[in-house]
Parts: sequence; structure tokens; C-alpha cells
Amino acid sequence: MKQCSDIDGTVRNNPLLAVYNHIFSGSPLRRPRGSTRAALPRQEVGDVIPAAFDYLRAHTTDEALAHLQQHGAEARVLAGGQSLIPAMRFRLARPAVLVDINGVGELNYVRMSDGVLAVGAIARDSDIERAPWIGDRRWSLFYDVSRVVADPVVRQMGTVVGSLCHNDPSGDWTTVALASRATVVVRGKSGTRRVPIDEFLVDSFATAVGDGEMALGAEFPIPDDRTAGSYQKVERKVGDFATAAAAVQVSLNADGTIRSAGVALSAAGACAVRVDAAEQLLAGQKPSADLLRAASDAAWHRSAPQADLRGSVEFKKHLAGVLVARGLRQAFSRLGVQA
Amino acid sequence: MKIHVTVNGVAYDRDVEPRTLLAYFLREECRLTGTHVGCDTSSCGCCVVVLDGTRAVKSCTMFAAQADGHEILTVEGLAEGGKLHALQQGFWDQHGLQCGYCTPGMLLTAYALLKHQPNPSEADIREGLSGNLCRCTGYLNIVKAVQQAAATLGQPAGATK
Amino acid sequence: MSIQAKPLHSVGVRMKRKEDPRFIQGKGNYVDDLSFPGMLYLSLVRSTYPHAEIKSIDISEAMKVPGVKAVITGKDLEAAGLGWLPTFHGFDKQMVLAIGKVLFQYQEVAAVFAETRAAAVDGAEAVQVDYAPLPVVADPFTSKTDKVLLRPDRESKTNHIFHWEVGDKDGTARAMASSPKRIKQRLWFQRCHPAPLEPCGCVAYFDTMGRLQFHVTSQAPHVYRTALSLVTGIPEDKIHVISPDLGGGFGNKVPVYPGYVCAIVGALKIGRPVKWIETRTENLTSTGFARDYHMDVEIGATADGKVTALHVATTADHGAFDAAADPTKYPAGIFGIVTGSYAFPVAHAEVDAYFTNKAPGGIAYRCSFRVTEASYAIERGMDILADELGMDAVELRKKNFIPKDQFPYPSALGFTYDSGDYHKTLDVALETIGYSALLKEQAEKRARGELMGIGFSTFTEAVGAGPSKHFDILGIKMFDSAEIRIHPTGAGIVRTGAKSQGQGHETTWAQVVAEELGLDPQTIMVEEGDTDTAPYGLGTYASRSTPVAGAAIVMAARRIREKARKIAAHLLEVGEADVEWTDYKFQVKGVPSKTVTMKEVAFAAYTNMAQIEPGLEATYYYDPPNMTYPNGAYVSVVDVDRETGETKVRRFVAIDDCGVVINPMIVEGQVHGGLTEGFAMAFIQEIQYDAEGNNLNTNFTDYLVPTSLETPHWETGNTVTPSPHHPMGAKGVGESPNVGSPAAFVNAVIDALSPLGVRHIDMPLSRDKVWRAIRDAEAKKAKQA
Repeated sequence: MKQCSDIDGTVRNNPLLAVYNHIFSGSPLRRPRGSTRAALPRQEVGDVIPAAFDYLRAHTTDEALAHLQQHGAEARVLAGGQSLIPAMRFRLARPAVLVDINGVGELNYVRMSDGVLAVGAIARDSDIERAPWIGDRRWSLFYDVSRVVADPVVRQMGTVVGSLCHNDPSGDWTTVALASRATVVVRGKSGTRRVPIDEFLVDSFATAVGDGEMALGAEFPIPDDRTAGSYQKVERKVGDFATAAAAVQVSLNADGTIRSAGVALSAAGACAVRVDAAEQLLAGQKPSADLLRAASDAAWHRSAPQADLRGSVEFKKHLAGVLVARGLRQAFSRLGVQA
Repeated sequence: MKIHVTVNGVAYDRDVEPRTLLAYFLREECRLTGTHVGCDTSSCGCCVVVLDGTRAVKSCTMFAAQADGHEILTVEGLAEGGKLHALQQGFWDQHGLQCGYCTPGMLLTAYALLKHQPNPSEADIREGLSGNLCRCTGYLNIVKAVQQAAATLGQPAGATK
Repeated sequence: MSIQAKPLHSVGVRMKRKEDPRFIQGKGNYVDDLSFPGMLYLSLVRSTYPHAEIKSIDISEAMKVPGVKAVITGKDLEAAGLGWLPTFHGFDKQMVLAIGKVLFQYQEVAAVFAETRAAAVDGAEAVQVDYAPLPVVADPFTSKTDKVLLRPDRESKTNHIFHWEVGDKDGTARAMASSPKRIKQRLWFQRCHPAPLEPCGCVAYFDTMGRLQFHVTSQAPHVYRTALSLVTGIPEDKIHVISPDLGGGFGNKVPVYPGYVCAIVGALKIGRPVKWIETRTENLTSTGFARDYHMDVEIGATADGKVTALHVATTADHGAFDAAADPTKYPAGIFGIVTGSYAFPVAHAEVDAYFTNKAPGGIAYRCSFRVTEASYAIERGMDILADELGMDAVELRKKNFIPKDQFPYPSALGFTYDSGDYHKTLDVALETIGYSALLKEQAEKRARGELMGIGFSTFTEAVGAGPSKHFDILGIKMFDSAEIRIHPTGAGIVRTGAKSQGQGHETTWAQVVAEELGLDPQTIMVEEGDTDTAPYGLGTYASRSTPVAGAAIVMAARRIREKARKIAAHLLEVGEADVEWTDYKFQVKGVPSKTVTMKEVAFAAYTNMAQIEPGLEATYYYDPPNMTYPNGAYVSVVDVDRETGETKVRRFVAIDDCGVVINPMIVEGQVHGGLTEGFAMAFIQEIQYDAEGNNLNTNFTDYLVPTSLETPHWETGNTVTPSPHHPMGAKGVGESPNVGSPAAFVNAVIDALSPLGVRHIDMPLSRDKVWRAIRDAEAKKAKQA
């Protein structure tokens, strides 16, 4: 007699790890792979007060980096804090030092220049959600995602770049960044570098940002006027992480064939994943029902999710396929094409 | 560390631990207990306040230190000179509250929502309030309350904050 | 839309709530708002293991944490005779702090008292507990085998807590065996949690008179006072319980929790006020859960759909202690209402309860003492029977409803239903939802392979516990009380033994008094929750306030009216027999121009009372003659997405019959809220434990509360069938939506999937479960093809 709602028996057993999975772990700590059958790893208390830490406030990027370089792995950047602070309240993250960058005015921007949408480190989710250009078809992928990240209040504090740096396997912005082929601007001791998103996302909660370094912003190529996208997210309720999600962005040639496609999945592996096979099979083709089916199959194959309270492996893989097909259908429809 | 926070137009200079959350700072240091704490995971929205006039934020997911030099609006600051804000009147008229615990957060999220969207549809309101939980009302009357307030605030003679 | 009685003077009026001004201005008085000089904070250390021996508890590091004042463990409490406290059901006790071993994950193990909240948490973190894990019993079926004995402290060495049954066992078995049609189905009402937004908490201190001042989130303050007196030995006059504004209760704030006892002990030993406010995690993992009933439902019927017999056998998971807050004689609550709205000639219900390594509880979440479970069982059962018979679900129900001319109706399980017109209530629902048009639409959609469902729940529940003959909590009979005092200027105050947690008593009781006495409800103050001033009552839960406390208010008001009549006679200069109460005034019989108002009488009661005793007040303790039986007809229309398993609730109509309605606006609000909770239980809520006893839903990230976006737009209405025995004809309604709605949702989804041959899916109807059921059913069909 099944006691819980788990389906294929691989439900994560450690409840605190379930919370831990969605919270920034701090670089020395890594989420153990697979489920553990032991009880909680440490004393359970009525937490919600973080452990003590030192607080530093930066006013410039230089100042922030100086602090980070001084304290190395002991320090964390505080931007939106909507992932970090919950982790600290549960004492799963215990940075000795917090460097608050919310006062670094030069990192507060959302602007289009040199062919990219540049989003600064402390630009809020809601800045995208409410941008005057967000209704433009070329930004439809961003329109969709900016309405389903966390919830409408958290979005007024949470940052796009923060989400990328947090790199939750079920994150939304990382998935969109893959589909739109974004770049993250990282600065450290050795200077400033631009890291393509595929290289930036390293593992669950781990990115190319090293100790003593900081992401300054993200750059999304400005799509042309024959581009549309769609973000399809299945969540149990607003504020939940994705049970499964798909981000697609397609550009058409003048003759109606697909020039390029970006297809990515959330909650389908250690990080958000690019469905390379789908992107490749879409290129050069005319949208059709068969094409969608093929892309859907490719997504199903690419998806390697973990079972949890949101769903079984089987279900999540199935959804990956369904959502890529629905996303593509909607993107094409936005471009005036029936598939 | 010393911080200077303006709450409902009043300056508070206090010495706090960096780990003091804004919600507890408001409740215990400023003795403004209208902002409530209902969960551990930034899920419920009982703690919502408005930062710098326009942004609704969950005060349990923000350190008091971050509010240093900023302005906070709590539920106690909504009424002006004894006159209820249109949202407060709306909640009262439309039976948009029962136990009252989620109400301050709802009021302030709605406040920020109306600043950004003065004429929201029912769908807009339901979406805009989806970061705030209520166990008592089933949301129907809360939507009506916000609709009433939007209509009141939209009138030329209505006082707008 | 609603068919309501025309409003009277005050009853039936959609009066705006009098309590709202303080809440909308953030000036509510909740327990955590309280602060006293020198106050300490309490943080509890909790077990990481579901079942383990405690080898040692080392508090030395905790005592070194700056700000920590004291740490106590179960051993300390045991030495003070406070190691265990009796549960409200009375036949078990639970540990305050763990003694010898822990029995569920997150069980309380030690209490840390400190100067600040943060220091208390730092201190709790520093307490070192050494555990030796024991084998875990994670479900009641394993528990039943008694392979692992969980409670060696109990006299009977078994995990089996009790066997309870009611009805005619043999008669039912015979009738079932000879029934041409039978269905049998295992239904599980999953473990849930009421999760009010305000967690539980208290502030305790001993004042200069040596009295315990205990501010606490309690739905039953007087019972707390008596229970604490019995447990601690402090004389009851030296205990003052104050339950202030409560941010929701839903049954979560009925039990006495270990944190409360620890706070009191701390306040006593340290001599300073102690505040304990639990976190959401603590609330979800250790306070009173709800449901967890595995029910085998069997219904017998004739070939043309007349029910012949009902048998329900339940396996109940009570967790580590039997803390289900049931009346003493009802270990399975009012489960006997399981015959529902139907005329079963014979029935038999039985419940076997077991201990497991989970949090204790069972009675909560607007369950009316297990009526939610019973109602779910019968309403799902009837739908399964309809499916088996190939009959329309509405037709089957109508065929078996207790006819309206048979009330008061003695059910096969011993209840006397007071009143109802089930056919009428259902007809209103069918008309509102547009049933025939929906059936047409469904047929068309089915032809295209679309999954659309229509689901019903025509429930009858029993509330208003209850008559002293049957109902007591810890021996205290379940009456309730009211004390009303009218002031010289015609204003007044009413105090009751009830305790609102958002139900609007400050408004509804004023309306009742105003109605009975022809006064202005705006100047009738209502006070509840202070045991020094309120008359003794059993509190507010299981929808008992209107049926019991409300009745007490009416009767007290009528006592006042009787005395007022004497004064009126004096003022009108006639004999008492010549005065009547007409049109909310005292009038000389036959002389309509000679009247005097209650306001004038009130003034006279203090200034011109002649030989009559001065003043104008009365108290009444009401022992209800019966339960009341609110009922309803709910209809849900759903569309299921076969690719994602998502169910969209397109429409939901709730027609309730709670008898006379005091404030329609408040009743609608209660229904909206309860439907939302039922919706949550049906689709997304569950407290799960894995096979190792780990609690998987410890926070609002995984124990899900629907937001405004997911929650459907509720449509409500009512019919009015007054209760013949209630002085106002009112029945109560708070729990009805939770009782009635889960089955409506599940019935709708199963109806949607029925063309595929799906018969049942347990709640919550997650996307994965629904998708899987569709996929498996289609695969099965393909195989058979």
C-alpha cells in the first residue's frame, strides 16, 4: 500500500534536502547526488533566523569586487536575495560575509545597445516584466517567462542575473538564457570576460563565477523582427519551481523556413539543458506537425529529470516533449504560421 | 550596525544585528506589528511592505540593513489623517478579510499593483495578488475589494497617494 | 444567487463587519504582537529521527551561547510531574518533551530560553542530542502487524489504539450479501494540515498575584484553563487564559501543544515572561494534522438503484500519540454520519486506529470531527455505484435522498437528522449550473475525445456538538454559554464561550442580540476569549458556535426580554399579562399606540425600575437537544488536459442549506474559504512521509496553498430549511464547504475520465497521477482492442 504520492519510488527522502535543492547552497557545499535514505543530517531546530554574519555595503563595482576578493569563499553577493536569504534563514547557507550590491547604481540598467539587451546585476525581474518593449513580438519568450518567475512580489526584488548565478536546476531565467543564447559578463582578478551561457552553467548551483568574482550583467542578443518565442511552464501553483518547462525562440527566413531555433528545458537535469538535437532538426525546415513531433521526441530524449514531489521521471520527461511542441506551436503561431 | 530607516514618514535610527530581518525590525524595533510573519519560505506574503513608494517586497526576505536610507510603507501608513485608504475601505465594504492575518500584506501588494496598473481586470488582480496567500476568504471578495478601490482611485476627485 | 429569507430587523442583513477597522489598519492583537518587559524567547529543539532512543542530551554548549538563560529537557519536566500531558481525547497522553525516545520526526526534544529570538535559535542549534535509531513504522498497515511496538509506555502492548463501531453488523452483512448490485472501493483521504496563516504561539508569565497570565492561540480558552490546572496543579482561579485575535484556526488551535507547557514552565522557573511562536515548519510537522483515513466503502443496491446497505471499514493513522481532539465517547468523531443524505435501511461503520511514527493529531481542517472523511466516503461511493449501475449520478442521488417529509429522520447509525429538503437544494444547484446543457456539451466533447467532467456532492453533515448526554471533552459537557448585559443607554455587551478565528462573531452575535432585543447592533459589543470575563464555553470548532453559543445568546436575550417586559409593564402602567413584544417593541395588547422601546426599558432598568431588581442582564448555558444538520448540493465542472494531467475547474456551484442565515455576507465568505481549502485538498495538498518516516512536506514550498490565480471563481447560493430545535432555526455553516467539496472535485475528474474506464484516483489529483491514470487506461483499452 503506497503511503505517499510517490510514483516510481525515487522520491527524495531527506526533506531538508528538498528545500536545499531550491536554495543557494554556498560554493563549498554541493547537493549530494541521488537520494539519501538517512534522516536529516543535522539538528533540527525552529530556524528562520540566519546565523550571524558581517555585512558590507558596496557603492561601486570596484568596491564590491574588492570585498569579494578579500573574503573569497567566505563571502556571498547580496543582490535580490530571494534565493540566498531563504537559504540563510534555514542556515543551509552560512556566509561569513555578505556584500550588498543593491546600492551599486552602475549595475542597475536594462538597455539595448550594440545588438544586445543588456541587463545589469541588480536589474529586477519586474524591470523586464514591465519594460515598455515587452509586448513586442520579438521578445515574446521574455514576455512569457517574466510572468512566471517566482511570484509577482518576489519579482520586484529578485534579479535576472541573480537567477543565472544561482543556477537552480528548475530555474526559469537559465532556461531562457540558453534558448536565447545569452552571455554573462563576469569580472574578477584577471579582468572582465564574456562567458557564453552554455559554459556559464556548470552544475546545479554552480557557475563559472569563481571565488572573488562577480557577474556584472547578462547580454541577450536582440532578436530580429522575424523572431518569436514561448515559455511553457508547468507548475503546481504560482511560486512553485517548474515541474517541467520549455523555452523556445525561433527565427524565420523570408521564405518561411526556420533560420535558427533555440530550445531549452528546465527541471530536466543538473542544470537547464539545451536540446541540441531539436535545434538542429528544426534548422532549415518549414514548420509542420511532423517537425513538432520530431522536436518533441528530441526533447523527451534529452530530458533527464530527478523525481520529486512534483512528479516522476516518466512524467517530467513526457512533459518536456509536450511543452516543447506547445512552445514551438505558439511561437510559430505568433509569427503567423500554423504548424 | 546603525541604520536609518524611514517608515510611514517617520525616521527610525536603530542599532541592529546585520541578520535582523526587516519584518522583525518593523515589528519589534519600530513596534509596528501590522506587518505579519506567516511562513518560513517567502511563500505567504503576510509580510509585504512597500519599498520606496512603488515596490512591494517581502520583508521576511530582506535584511533591515538593506532598508538603511530607504523608505518603507507599512499598513499603518495607509490611512491619512484618520481617513482610510480606498483599498482599506474596499476590503471593509467587500468583506475582503476574515481573520485579518493576510490583510496587511494583501493591502500593500494591491497598493503597489494599482500604482503600476490603475485599472486592472479581475485576471490582472488575481495574477497580481498571486504572491499573497489567504486561507479564509477564497480570494473572491479580495478581488472585489481591489476592484472597488481601483474604481475609487480612478475617479478624478479621488485622493491618490 | 440565493433564495434567502427576507432580512428581519438585523438577522439576514449583510452587515459590514464591526471587527474590520482594526484589521485593515494593522491593529489586530495577535499573540506575537505582545511584548512584555524582560520577556524571553523560547525555541524548541526537535528530533531529526522518526523513531529513536535518546542516548544523551548535552546542553553545555547551548548554555554558553550569549543570551541563553536556560535549557530544559524531558527529564526536567518529568521530575516536575509535567513529563506527559493528557490528550483531549483523554485515553492517551503525549510527551511534552521527549522522554527516553522520540516517536516522530520534528518531535520536541528540548526547550531553550534566551533574551532574543536569534539567541534562542542559536542556542537550540547548539544542543547536542545523541540518537540511536529504531525501526520506523511509517504506515498503519505495517503498524497493525505489531512487529515494532511503538508505545511500550501504554498498558496494552500493541499499536492498535482502538476499535470503534456503530450500526448493525450482521444485518448489514446479510443485506449486502443478498443485494443484486454491490460496489466496494478503498478510498484514502490523505493526511493534510489546516495551516492557518498565523502559526501557534503563546506568551506566559506569572503576575504579582501569582496568577498565570497565559496569552495563547486557542480556539477553546476555558478548556485550556481547566486542562492546564489539572496538568500543572495550579488552582484554576490562578490561571487566566486570554485568546486574543487569532489569524485563522481551522482546528489547528484546539490541542494543547508542548510549546505551551514549556513556556509556562519557563515562565515559572525563570520568573520572566516567555514567548513561544512556532515557525511554519514546526506548525506543519508537529501540530495537529487532519484526516489520514483509509476507508473501505461497500454499498449494496437493488438493480434499479435503491440502496440497501452500507458498510465502511476504516484504518486510521493517528501518528505517534492519540491526540485526535474528539469528544470522549467518539474516538472516530462523528464518522457515523457516513450514511450521508441517503435513506440506508441498514448500515455498519467501523474504525481501527493505529500508532505510527508521525506527528499526532487527526481532528482538524474544518472536519466537523471526521465528517469530512465520512462525507467523502459516501459521496465517492455513490458515484462509484452510479457508474456500476450505469445510472446518472443525479438520478441515483434523488432516488435515495431522505424525503423531506421524513424529518426528523432517524438514520441507521443513530443520528436524528433535524431537517432538510435535499431535492430542492439539488434542483437549485442543477438549475444554476445548467445541467442539461452541460450534459449535451459533454456528449459532444466526448465524441471528440475531450475530457470534460461534471461532479456532484450532496452532503449532509452533523455539527453543533453537542448534547450533554453524548458529548464531553475531558469530561466537560459540550454546552456553550452567553452573558448579556444591557447598559442604561441601550448599548450592551455580550460575552460567550465561543472564540472567533475570523468567523465574524463580533458582528453576528451583535446581530442576534439586536434582533432579539430590538437594539442597534452597532452598539452591542462582543467579547470572547478572556476566561476571566467570558462564561464557560467549549470554544469554536466543528461549526458549533452558531448552533450552541448562538442558541445560548438567543436564550439569554429572551431572558432579558422577559425581565424587560416587567419593566415595560411598569412604564406602560399595565399588568404584565397585557404587554406583548411586537415589531421589536413592547406594546399594550390591542393598543398599538401605547408602546415602549427596549432602549427606554434599558434606561428605566437603572433609573425607574420600581420593585424590580435593578439592571438588565442575563446568562444562559445552553445544552443542545441535538446536533444540527447543515446540508448542501455542490456541482463542479472540469476540463482535463490529457497531455499534462492538469484539471481546470471551469465552474463550481455551491448551494448550502444552513437553516436561518444571520449574515449572508459572512456565510458566503465562509463558503468561499472552505471551497478553496477543499480545492486544495483535492488537487495539491498532502503531508507525506516516506518509508523511512521522513516528513516530506515541511513548508509552504511543498505543502501547497492555492493562490488567487489557481483558485476558481466560486458561485454560491442557499436554500433555507430551518432547524426545528434551534431557537433561531440556524444550523451553522463553517465546515460545510470543506465537508462537501472534495468529493465534488474528485467526482468531476473521475467523470471526465470515465469513458476511459477509470474508476477512482486518490487525492490529491496531481497532474502526474491523472496523466498516468489516463495513459494506463488507454493502454489497457488498446490491449483489449
